Amino acid sequence: MQFNLNGNDVEVQSHPMSRLLDVLREELALTGTKEGCGEGECGACTVLIDGEPVCSCLIPVSQVQGAEVVTIEGLGGNHPLQQLFMNEVGAQCGICTPGMIMAALTLPDDPTLDDVKTALAGNLCRCTGYSAIYRAVLKERAQRHYAPAEDAEGRHGG
Amino acid sequence: MKAVGSSVPRKDGIGKATGAARYADDLVFPGMLHGRTIRSTVPCGRIRSIKLDFDTTGFTIVDYRDVPAKNAVDLMSQDQPFLVENEVRHMAEPILLLAHEDRETLLAAKVIIEYDEAEPLFDPEKSTVSFKDIDIVKGDVASALSSADVIVEGVYRTGHQEHVYIEPNGVVAVPEDEGGVAIYGSVQCPFYVIKALRCLLGSAHPNVRVIQTETGGGFGGKEEYPSMIAGHAVLLAIKSGRPVKIIYDREEDMIATTKRHPSIVRHRTGVTKEGRLVAMDIDVILDGGAYVTLSPTVLSRGCIHAAGPYNCDNVRIQGRAVFTNTPPNGAFRGFGAPQTEFAVEVHMDRIAETLGMDPVELRRINALKPGDRTATGQTLRDDTSAHMVLEEAVKRTDFDKKRKEWKGTNKSIGLSLFYHGAGFTGAGERNLKSRARLELTPAGVRIAVGSTEIGQGTRTMHAQIVTDALGIPYETVEVAQPDTSRVADSGPTVASRTCMVVGKILEECAAELKDKLGGMSPAEYYSKNGPMSVERMYEPPDWIQWDDNTYLGDAYATYGWGCDVVELELDRDTYEVRPIKITAVQEFGRPIHPALAKGQIEGGTAQGLGYALLERVVMRNGAMANGQLTNYVIPTTLDMPEVDVVMMENPYPGGPFGAKGLGELPMDGPAPAVVNALRGFGLDLREIPATPELLSTTPAI
Amino acid sequence: MRTALTELDMRVASSVDEALTILRDENRTPIAGATDVYVALNFGTFTPKQYLDIWALDELRTISTHEDKLVIGALTSYTSLIQSHIVTERVPMLVQASRLVGGVQIQNRGTLGGNIANGSPAADGVPVLSAADAVVVLRSLDGERRIPINSFYTGYRATVMRPDELIVAIEILPVEGKQWFRKVGTRAAQAISKIVMAAVRGPSPKIALGSVAPTVVRAKMTEQALAGGASIDEAAEILSREIKPIDDVRSTADYRLRVSVNLLRRFWADTA
Repeated sequence: MQFNLNGNDVEVQSHPMSRLLDVLREELALTGTKEGCGEGECGACTVLIDGEPVCSCLIPVSQVQGAEVVTIEGLGGNHPLQQLFMNEVGAQCGICTPGMIMAALTLPDDPTLDDVKTALAGNLCRCTGYSAIYRAVLKERAQRHYAPAEDAEGRHGG
Repeated sequence: MKAVGSSVPRKDGIGKATGAARYADDLVFPGMLHGRTIRSTVPCGRIRSIKLDFDTTGFTIVDYRDVPAKNAVDLMSQDQPFLVENEVRHMAEPILLLAHEDRETLLAAKVIIEYDEAEPLFDPEKSTVSFKDIDIVKGDVASALSSADVIVEGVYRTGHQEHVYIEPNGVVAVPEDEGGVAIYGSVQCPFYVIKALRCLLGSAHPNVRVIQTETGGGFGGKEEYPSMIAGHAVLLAIKSGRPVKIIYDREEDMIATTKRHPSIVRHRTGVTKEGRLVAMDIDVILDGGAYVTLSPTVLSRGCIHAAGPYNCDNVRIQGRAVFTNTPPNGAFRGFGAPQTEFAVEVHMDRIAETLGMDPVELRRINALKPGDRTATGQTLRDDTSAHMVLEEAVKRTDFDKKRKEWKGTNKSIGLSLFYHGAGFTGAGERNLKSRARLELTPAGVRIAVGSTEIGQGTRTMHAQIVTDALGIPYETVEVAQPDTSRVADSGPTVASRTCMVVGKILEECAAELKDKLGGMSPAEYYSKNGPMSVERMYEPPDWIQWDDNTYLGDAYATYGWGCDVVELELDRDTYEVRPIKITAVQEFGRPIHPALAKGQIEGGTAQGLGYALLERVVMRNGAMANGQLTNYVIPTTLDMPEVDVVMMENPYPGGPFGAKGLGELPMDGPAPAVVNALRGFGLDLREIPATPELLSTTPAI
Repeated sequence: MRTALTELDMRVASSVDEALTILRDENRTPIAGATDVYVALNFGTFTPKQYLDIWALDELRTISTHEDKLVIGALTSYTSLIQSHIVTERVPMLVQASRLVGGVQIQNRGTLGGNIANGSPAADGVPVLSAADAVVVLRSLDGERRIPINSFYTGYRATVMRPDELIVAIEILPVEGKQWFRKVGTRAAQAISKIVMAAVRGPSPKIALGSVAPTVVRAKMTEQALAGGASIDEAAEILSREIKPIDDVRSTADYRLRVSVNLLRRFWADTA
């Protein structure tokens, strides 16, 4: 299987039914993507495939042949969402955080609170009650609106 | 700028936001095997035969005969085996352990176990085996009841609750030199694991250490059960001589590990016509499950909080935690208090209904004030805030107006008043002898404690306390990863004690260290004189008196206080409840880190809301039948209403910078406030979770 | 416990013809968006050993109209349904249903054809198709069969499909009347339905229910009563005798029955 991972072409020799999640974590050693349930309920394993958030625990690796996959590691470490999840305490235990950030990436500019809730309804957090996550995401989107130059780098989805 | 009181960056914030933080399942060691637990499929019986229905080549297989010393998880009692020898007491009880280097081969292995089944006991009210009995007596309830104007009785029930930390349980055991073993794991209490392993392994393996990995949530669910998993991984590691990783999948975690104790609480209360409580007779039953685990202390906290934050001269609280053939229940945020405070708060609204009185007024008349005596006879001090939080919540939410205006509509409003004792109960903190240590580093200082960061902000909050106590930059304070061979045993990370108790020891360590530095900065001192450390033990306030036999005295050094107001809508066609807003007014001394504190309240409130409305463990034949996140549902973004948090201050002189415990307090309030709001629709609801199915059959008041 | 995936066998089809050839020669379970199959595999509750990945068959992702017929390719995701103007215009209740399937991640991956093939009585999309009298297009190397969705299921997760057939499309004729949809789930989002009702108030009312029987069902007797001019009270009484829901881990028979009747009343009032 060949696909593009975080901007680089990769080839893996996995069984075609292997879960994308396991291939990322175990064969490619990208452990930022987490497993919380194996049912597509918690969203901790969210990655982008061709710009769309999906649960990597439910994806046979055969289905990413030729696709573009982006994981939390693909954002580098300075993405404004990452900074704001830190500043606004959007992360407590942190296990849902990478998936939460990946799902939030595809929100439009100037989302309403309802937009944010709908976009993140597939990601469970048991620590925060979500409020701090909304604060982080809404602030990032507001900053993005007023700083269009940043759009040129390090952004995916959208 | 002072660190305490400002929302400095989390010490672990960026690692979590980038995915760099390492959790147990992220660790890989050379030669590592994967471990798996074979569990009972009957709730009660004896094992007749075990058949390994697979090619055992390359497998490590462990049963109870591989235990080096004692086959018992050493917690409060030593009744629970690591591996069943013969008698099965509950579903999903560990019997056999398998390990293999290829996880897929491991998953494919089949084991067939036959049992001689026996009749299981599931009903706690029919159980004749009690793990603990408590009897708290204040005044003379019988005669006070006989002279009361009105007597109100009621039975209140709460169900199991599953923690649903998003990271399931997991550990890796790694053999080290000279028979040593290191355990890396998702744990709340590394020194509990050490205690359990010492009992399991005995003198043959004296060098065990536990290293806490980044932990994806705990809420009490990783307080005691990790000792079991660690024991399993260690047994496999010792037998195979290789590192062994055991990571539970979600279903195994839900079916096999502990939950919040279900409860049945009976109230019989005497009141005057004017609404003064004159007698409270309370009976508490907790379903402990098949082994003792922590049930005695859960019962203890539950009973101590059972009379609610109210002043009453005559109180009797009797409690028992009983055996059933179900997986043992254990620690969960609130530790018995959410159950009993649910009962008393719904009961208070029923008393108000009976008297035709406003529920706020009833609480005003009876809420505890400084100088009042609690059920255990504790005289409350100035940091008692029941009235303050009640008045603030009522005013802020326009409670009286909404309550009147919404009568007869599809909207309703309800409230709860609650409190939560911080730290271990009674003499617990004195007996624990917790220790904390500060060590100089070339750049500043290092905090070396066994208290764990499980999301609540331990590292950050401890660093803030040390920063200000030493007067050094926050960035120069580092926090050691808890490794039992290297850090001081600061006691378990439970009971809302990590800030108030461990933070206090650290504050004192910092003061002592500051003296020793003689005006130098830590870095200057280090470069001139080399390493230095200061270690101190916790000294609880000397006025605390507690008698464990009579259950009388100062149950807790201090209490946090809260008043929650829930506004919600009911769909009368589907009985679905939609919370509109929750106002959480809470007083917990002083917030060390306002954003973290707010996050604790928002998150605890969400768990409380799930407990109230959504989270129902369906037990069938003694096992959780809905052990999936699809079927055991916790709140999503769209289930959560706006949470309006109000943090009030009333400092506790014995806490660092006036702080009390906070972690559990927010869990106590939402459920009774929700049910009291639902009672506003004329439904005589006395049970949670208040699912649409339950509401559809709830009788009218 | 999770199924050992590497013990299973999968082939990947790159065209519909290739897929049909494989299905003729080998007994394989097709995998589309994998959102049901992989949940079952992760729980170890799925027994098939041989699979066919059809995700790459882009020719099954089109939404088009032929004369007055709306044709939705079987691999159309819920997200595509939500974003489709023509679906929004012609079958708004299908868009409503799609928005309530899982979270965004599942909507991006789950497909309408998969929802049908999985055969769950709790499927969110199927009651809509039932109320719309949709037709399932099955294709094999022998040709195509068009089966009305309302004759597609023969029992719990059992269908008239042959192992060599693939669902390639869903056809929907214009729906006459006001469309109405309500899902009562276990929570506000990402919920499995406890009851779903999709209904059409047209010349003859159409009422489909999910999660109240082994398959999604049409309430035929209730429909006939309403078409014949019965009052809603009479219709409610008929519905309460017509469906026989069960208890499960998510809800109770009593609740399902009571709420189904309430939903019928609400449908009737909302579309009056």
